[in-house]
Amino acid sequence: MDLSLLTIEIATVLLAIGVLVIGLLIPREQRFGLGYLVTIGLAIILFVSFGYYGINATAFEGMYYVDDFSIFFKQLILVAAVLVTLAATLYVKKMGTNYGEFFVMTVFAALGMMVLSSAGEFITLYLGLETMTISFYILTGFKKNDSKSAEAGIKYLILGAMSSGILLYGLSLVYGMTGTTVISEVAVKLAEMGSLSPAMVVGMVFLVAGFGFKISAVPFQMWSPDVYEGAPTPVTAFLAVGSKAAAFAALIRVFMIAFPDYSLQWKMLFAALAALTIIIGNLVAIPQTNIKRMLAYSSIAQAGYIMTGVIAANAAGVRGVAFYGMLYVFATIGAFTVVMNFSANTGSDEIRDYAGLARRSPLLAAVLTVCLLSMAGIPPLAGFAGKFYLFSSIVDQGYLWLVIIGLLMSMASVYYYLSVAKVMYMADPVDDSPIVVPAGAKAVLLITMIVTVFLGVYPQPLSVLANLAANSLFF
Amino acid sequence: MIDFALHNAWLIPLLPAIAFLLIFLVFRPLPKVSAFIGITAIFLSFVLAVHVGIGVIQAGDQFVEHPLKQVVTWFEMSGLKIEMGVQIDPTSAMMLFMVSLVALMVNIYSLGYMHGDQAFSRFYAFLALFAMSMLGLVIAPNLLQMFVFWELVGLCSYLLIGFWWHKYSAREAAKKAFITTRTGDFGLLLGILLLQINFGTLDLMTLGEMIPNFQEYTNLSVGGLTAIAAILFLGPIGKSGQFPLHVWLPDAMEGPTPVSALIHAATMVVAGVYLVGRSLILFQTVPGAMAFVAFMGGFTALFAATIAITQTEMKKILAYSTVSQLGYMMLALGAGSLTGGMFHLFTHAFFKSLMFLGAGSVLHAMNNDADIWKYGGLKKKMPITYWTFLIGCLAIAGIFPFAGFFSKDEILLVVKEASHGAQFAGLYTLLFWMATITAALTAFYMFRMFFICFHGEPRDKSFHPHEAPFSMAFPLVVLSIFSIFGGFIGAPWVEHGFGYYVRLGEYHHPSVDWAIIIVSTILALGSIFLAYWIYGKKAVSHEALAQKFAPLYKISFNKYYIDEIYLWLIHNVLDGLGRALWWFDITVVDGIINGIGNAAKILGSILRRVQTGKLQHYALVLFAGVVILVLIMSFADTSSASLSLLGGVR
Repeated sequence: MDLSLLTIEIATVLLAIGVLVIGLLIPREQRFGLGYLVTIGLAIILFVSFGYYGINATAFEGMYYVDDFSIFFKQLILVAAVLVTLAATLYVKKMGTNYGEFFVMTVFAALGMMVLSSAGEFITLYLGLETMTISFYILTGFKKNDSKSAEAGIKYLILGAMSSGILLYGLSLVYGMTGTTVISEVAVKLAEMGSLSPAMVVGMVFLVAGFGFKISAVPFQMWSPDVYEGAPTPVTAFLAVGSKAAAFAALIRVFMIAFPDYSLQWKMLFAALAALTIIIGNLVAIPQTNIKRMLAYSSIAQAGYIMTGVIAANAAGVRGVAFYGMLYVFATIGAFTVVMNFSANTGSDEIRDYAGLARRSPLLAAVLTVCLLSMAGIPPLAGFAGKFYLFSSIVDQGYLWLVIIGLLMSMASVYYYLSVAKVMYMADPVDDSPIVVPAGAKAVLLITMIVTVFLGVYPQPLSVLANLAANSLFF
Repeated sequence: MIDFALHNAWLIPLLPAIAFLLIFLVFRPLPKVSAFIGITAIFLSFVLAVHVGIGVIQAGDQFVEHPLKQVVTWFEMSGLKIEMGVQIDPTSAMMLFMVSLVALMVNIYSLGYMHGDQAFSRFYAFLALFAMSMLGLVIAPNLLQMFVFWELVGLCSYLLIGFWWHKYSAREAAKKAFITTRTGDFGLLLGILLLQINFGTLDLMTLGEMIPNFQEYTNLSVGGLTAIAAILFLGPIGKSGQFPLHVWLPDAMEGPTPVSALIHAATMVVAGVYLVGRSLILFQTVPGAMAFVAFMGGFTALFAATIAITQTEMKKILAYSTVSQLGYMMLALGAGSLTGGMFHLFTHAFFKSLMFLGAGSVLHAMNNDADIWKYGGLKKKMPITYWTFLIGCLAIAGIFPFAGFFSKDEILLVVKEASHGAQFAGLYTLLFWMATITAALTAFYMFRMFFICFHGEPRDKSFHPHEAPFSMAFPLVVLSIFSIFGGFIGAPWVEHGFGYYVRLGEYHHPSVDWAIIIVSTILALGSIFLAYWIYGKKAVSHEALAQKFAPLYKISFNKYYIDEIYLWLIHNVLDGLGRALWWFDITVVDGIINGIGNAAKILGSILRRVQTGKLQHYALVLFAGVVILVLIMSFADTSSASLSLLGGVR
């Protein structure tokens, strides 16, 4: 066994523990500087991870994949973590307590996501999932004195525990029927059995529900608006992109590797859920008045779009998921960074308070507009290319109806995205005071905006990486 | 250096692009710095372009068949691969040299011409943006990249025609130019899409190999391919001001004169010719499309020349002359000669931009009063402008040994050869005579303007004309040198001249047709003499002539009433249609859309109530969802018949 395959994970663990220890050694009021340490550490790991493309090996006898697919998703997670930690510094400082632990928990959550995206076996998968989720329970309720944050933490904990239970039940049913927990062996055992037993059907549905909770697919999405609204905004951003992407990575591996022969069944399930998710996410986003809730519903709808790539169940579909997942990281973190800095200055998350933001801070208004329009899929922004890859992967598989729903609902989404832009650009500000954006957050804003525009105009570089990821999954 | 330039030709458009960003984002408040950046960037591009040119010439005819191509994939998916890149061959190298040289001259000229303008920096920013777009168009290895930059030059043209936007006429002219050319671009885009659909590629080299054997690759009939070619040609008709979409070009003279010289004489308007030249194989494969191009070109050439005779503004005369000369280039392409079309494009760029800049110099001296009947006797006051303008006039009239002589005779020669061909011989014979008459008319209207403006006595004494400053005189001198000697590179006695490099198919050494040379020279000299007789010597009153041929004069003076016809059509047909569609839009379309919108809003607010905030409700929904899914999956007939309802394919 070659432990060097696990360099990325080991380095992440060392970073987390190191920061935890250093945090105890330095004075309390200086600990927010740990954020920069974490950012730099994660950025170095991200840089190193590029060397892991093309290895395509497994560790621990097939229990742990180090293939291009997992590397791509690890990079996605690292990018998200770097951006979030860089953007969050001022926010965390204002939050007042436990700076060190905040960043350490973020790194642990990222570690859980990495394990999740690499897992080749059910127990490993579950370990990764819980590492991620438990870190998020803590992070969600991190603002101890804020009742909304505490409420969100409790809700997430209870509902999350239920969904973990369902997922675990599903995993045990699959294990019970096939006698193995290794994902690739499940397919072999199922093929030997010939037909799909009722217990397997139930197990499959439970898996869908368990993963559906993490990606907030309808009808398992109920938790997400409340949690997104209550959680500290950097946590919301990381939750929206990181945990979703990691859950998608695990879901794709489980369903495409373990159940390829029964894809007809689970594709039908996912198609129905995707349609529901796209419709309900977009429709309910329309009447929202709080920007974090609006973004929560928008993020539900985005999960619906990404599910179409899963339904395609081929390299083109996975390529679409990977591509969209990465650009979604930039658009979402860009939008949440704006929200973060706006609320750090004004204490409000209400959309109506964004009136005249274009005059108070042209940068914030521009970034939010670009990110939202990218989510809506307006060319030449990255979201357009992403949706194009996703939808085109299922058109020729007979899911034209789903594409039409997706396109119609994308049109509807333009309404609530542009409403925000309208408020920012057309309305007069109540308060003319400029909004102060610290340097770290400014860097994140510029990066997200530039990348979102760049990938829309020139998608090829990311497309090549996404292709690598997709092809490694299908050999 | 040469090798570097050949392999890094992408820098040529990139440098002006950087200049544009720098000027627009950073140095806008500093006019002098802006001009310095703009000129430096285009100068560096010019240096690179010269080295590319030398490299291409040194390589002999190696690049003719095998261009130096560097591409990056821009966008890729199954069945569609779109690339961006650089294609260097003699044709694009020639264009790079010409465009960057004229752009450099115009940039220098603008130092004097735009001096003191409030938006001096903006002007240089737009010039840089234009240079970037035009150079990007020239090196495009595929039709899509060409289209992207084609639209960008259109945008720059719009921005620069309307540069003095506080003037009503400038705004209107800018809109007219944009809308008219966009009308043609619709056809171009359609043609490009049809090529992509049928051939699966837009790469010029690949298309060049596929199209001659199109029946192997596609189900297209000859008629189908002819239709595609004709639709594609709509773009060049708009961009290169061919009849009937020529109306925007004379109005475009509302822009600053350097813009007219750069965009509306030498570079952007020839983009249409260049595009046809680049895709000439498509037209050659279907002779019907070829004849169409030739006829449109020949007709436009004669048509515009007859209008130019009676116009009274220098820039308007030059504009119609440009339309006419562009028609000439199209005619050469339509006769099957890439060499002829491109050679005239090359020489025309120099003498026409020279004349525009000369006209700008005159306008500058005459306080921007455009009426030539107020000028006169400028020869003594503005000697440099006078002599350089004379060179331009001699060049366009086709007098030996000026540049126009060689390129014009080349066109007449190829059209004559085409008239001995197997197909459309009668048409090409007709076109040959039309082109010959056009040549005579060209010499006449040019020298009419020349004698009225520069000879005789000043008609209006209130002006105090003065010679142009150095920054404006220098480009005139440089361009006049190219107008004198530029033709020699394609002269019949040069062994491996222009036609050896810029060609399609086998190389034929240029032949000498003494009949054409003698007839065209006699006609040109005769026309010049006639112009001198009427306007220089005033032996016959031009007013009496106008009286005598009043109907003809009026038609020509009013440009065949084309603008009026269009206006009438727009007011009566288009407006009516617009009103009807407006009603439909407001009541039916908006009604439906608003209805859907309201329904979505209402539905959203209803669904929102499900989100009660109570944890037990959430848990209920979660488990109910699981139960329902299990029930559906258990009871659903898992045979493919019912599953296919949801779209599964198997």
